[in-house]
Amino acid sequence: MSRQDIVKPKEVIKSHSQEVQKEMITRNYDKITSGTVKVSSTFVPGNLNELLMCFDIANNLPEINAIQNAMRKKSGEMIMEAERGGHSEDVCTYVKADIGMMAKGNIAPNGKPFPDPDVLLLSYTGCFTFLKWFELLREQYKCPTVMLHVPYAADGAPTKNMRDYIVKQLKEEVIPTLEKISGIKFDIDRLRGYLRKSAAAEDDLVWMLEQSKRRPSPIDCYFGGVYYMGPIFTAFRGTDEAISYYKLLRNEIEERIRLGLCAQSPDGDMPEEKYRLVVEGPPNWTNFREFWQMFSEAGAVVVASSYTKVGGVYDYDNFRHDADHPLETLADYCLGVYTNRNLPTRVDMLARNIVEYEADGLLINSIKSCNSFSAGQLVMMREVEKRTGKPGAFIETDLVDSRYFSAANVKNRLESYFQMIDQKRRAGGSAIQAA
Amino acid sequence: MSTKPVKEIVAYCQELFENLNFTKAREWKEARPGRKVIGYMPVYVPREIIHAAGMLPLGVLGGGADMEVIHGDAYYQSYICRIPRSTIELAITGKLDFVDGMMFPSICDVIRNLSGIWKLLFSDKYVRYFDTPQNFADNVGGVFYSQELRELKEGLEKLGGCTISEEALNNSIALYNENRVWVNRVYDFRSATPWRAPSAEVYLLMRAGMVLPVEEHTQLMKEYLAAAEKENLPMRDNCRIVMTGAFCEQPPLNLIKSIELSGCYIVDDDFMMVNRWLLKEIPASGDPIENLSEAFLHYSAETAAKYEVNLDEKGSYLLDIIKKRSADGVIFASPSFCDPALLDQPMMVTRLEANKIPYITMQYAENSGQMQPIREQSGTFADTIKLWSQS
Repeated sequence: MSRQDIVKPKEVIKSHSQEVQKEMITRNYDKITSGTVKVSSTFVPGNLNELLMCFDIANNLPEINAIQNAMRKKSGEMIMEAERGGHSEDVCTYVKADIGMMAKGNIAPNGKPFPDPDVLLLSYTGCFTFLKWFELLREQYKCPTVMLHVPYAADGAPTKNMRDYIVKQLKEEVIPTLEKISGIKFDIDRLRGYLRKSAAAEDDLVWMLEQSKRRPSPIDCYFGGVYYMGPIFTAFRGTDEAISYYKLLRNEIEERIRLGLCAQSPDGDMPEEKYRLVVEGPPNWTNFREFWQMFSEAGAVVVASSYTKVGGVYDYDNFRHDADHPLETLADYCLGVYTNRNLPTRVDMLARNIVEYEADGLLINSIKSCNSFSAGQLVMMREVEKRTGKPGAFIETDLVDSRYFSAANVKNRLESYFQMIDQKRRAGGSAIQAA
Repeated sequence: MSTKPVKEIVAYCQELFENLNFTKAREWKEARPGRKVIGYMPVYVPREIIHAAGMLPLGVLGGGADMEVIHGDAYYQSYICRIPRSTIELAITGKLDFVDGMMFPSICDVIRNLSGIWKLLFSDKYVRYFDTPQNFADNVGGVFYSQELRELKEGLEKLGGCTISEEALNNSIALYNENRVWVNRVYDFRSATPWRAPSAEVYLLMRAGMVLPVEEHTQLMKEYLAAAEKENLPMRDNCRIVMTGAFCEQPPLNLIKSIELSGCYIVDDDFMMVNRWLLKEIPASGDPIENLSEAFLHYSAETAAKYEVNLDEKGSYLLDIIKKRSADGVIFASPSFCDPALLDQPMMVTRLEANKIPYITMQYAENSGQMQPIREQSGTFADTIKLWSQS
């Protein structure tokens, strides 16, 4: 397929579910900036949305703000602002985008100023930088800060000691702090109610993830996947809105399956599925559409990605929030997020994805900012290649700093990779032969 | 007390430092059948437990300035610090083949993930990611940490086919207590008379503690102090600085020398924090696990890898050191791409500025070779401090 085969519309084509999600996000920003609710800043991985809702506290996620700013091409100047303020060029650009945003007036994507958070819920899950990030924010806001330390599942599975530690922190530190800030007494049955709703949405979410096993895949599980994961990983898990969203998404995907459509791209439905990839690592956000098009124009669909597990893993070991064990299930959720799992487990997840989703190989988008993801990826790639016999490839970009997105380099590497897959197929070594 | 001269002691330490085959540790292991060696990375592990198992704790701090990294670069992207790639290089080239297990403390995501790489590449070895609590309440973080210590103890017992008795552990605690006393005496001596204990010497002496059995290291420090006290070296017109940020990947020895040669006496630092991590003597009787746990929770150093619960306490460790050592200023020397040090630095800078304490910042890698810019920067810093103090 050549570039000419795709007639590019002027506007990005969005599905109904994408439009609905956009409205949900807008409503959440309106709520956060309304000045009528208490606000907690917290992180996406292992976020405790259900618990915050028990105290009527709105959930503001700095990574999402950085992403929103990057997609609006605003993050670059924010990062530079933070660097002028003494932050090293070497460190995470999410942090610098956040600090730069504060320096520039702390304006939310809806154009209104963010209120100072009432609490920083430092859910230290799967990323060391989180710890420093909120220490830095605490310097500015001087607001109550509560740490939830989630131990690293270094031996592949969480231990009882880890789980007990998290539950104890919830009981002794997190819940009392949230009670004090909100003036609302903790009601465990209210939490159970939210957790039941979480589990209902999570069932549809996993169904959705597994549809890319089909040929052609009706969805893209990386570029499209970040939209699909939005509600469950942000401020909507545990709500009726999330249940409705995932029902809507399910209906939409069922219709795509019925029509035999390939995955959707920014330019509409891909006419053909030529390559099926598993992708490890977050996407680049500053050039998101351009990045996506490099795949879709080549006929490459991502059938599974680790980034769609960044907030929590549901498919690998079938986790669902369990209302019968409310605090323990929050602990298990936090312990299970992708970057809180050790490298052998991550290798196993990726290798299984390649086999189960009949992918042609593993592509790693290595992110300069994110050592949690990136450190060790070259070893992971070799291990996955060894286990699956499928070729791996490596590209390097950044999250929200456009200085580290070189379109020509990325495109060259992708083209070489697709050629490598073609060669493998000719040699009879790729899953496409089975199609 | 030995009458060994300083030169001889330092030459011995230098030899240990330069020996990337860890010959001394190999000899220790070979001296008795069944002995085990456990490598550990910065910033802190409870070496007492390793020692009590009859094993040698071996500090693995990367490959240093002179080791050529050939294989290691194939394991890491250019934007990741150097210590994991040179550590992998040490392992791939067989320099750590005698090491029976490795411990990776919870300091950052790079070292954390290196534990996973070890599991993938060296699956026959004991690998322990050593998680320390970020909650410092006895009934929360304390309970967690005590259990982690017990699991570590059980893991080492299984590896060594031995039982670690309370008595043995308390004995090891006493030995490390004594070691810390002497480490602190060396630091105090340097601070009091920095011209008689150049930082490069003190660095090498502390570095020897990464390789030697604790008993030998303590003896070496005693000998060094006895000899250094007799040295009659000229006092220079240097300013007094605290060097911070170098708690993981170590600076090249030449960088330490360059800073002193340019006019800055280093009167405190955070190199090899494991030597000084615990700030008080740990009781050498009673439940040793609980005692180690309590010491970590309530009497351990502040570093960037540790959460500071109280905003008002943030940076107090550095400010206290500056005061204790009568330091004129601070040099933030951090490894490139070091998340903990570089993310922490702006917060420390704010506190120094509030207290009108001069500082400079610099970055290095363990193999940085060009020292002229360092000398110029720290020399200018020293001159500026002297000018200010005269005004």
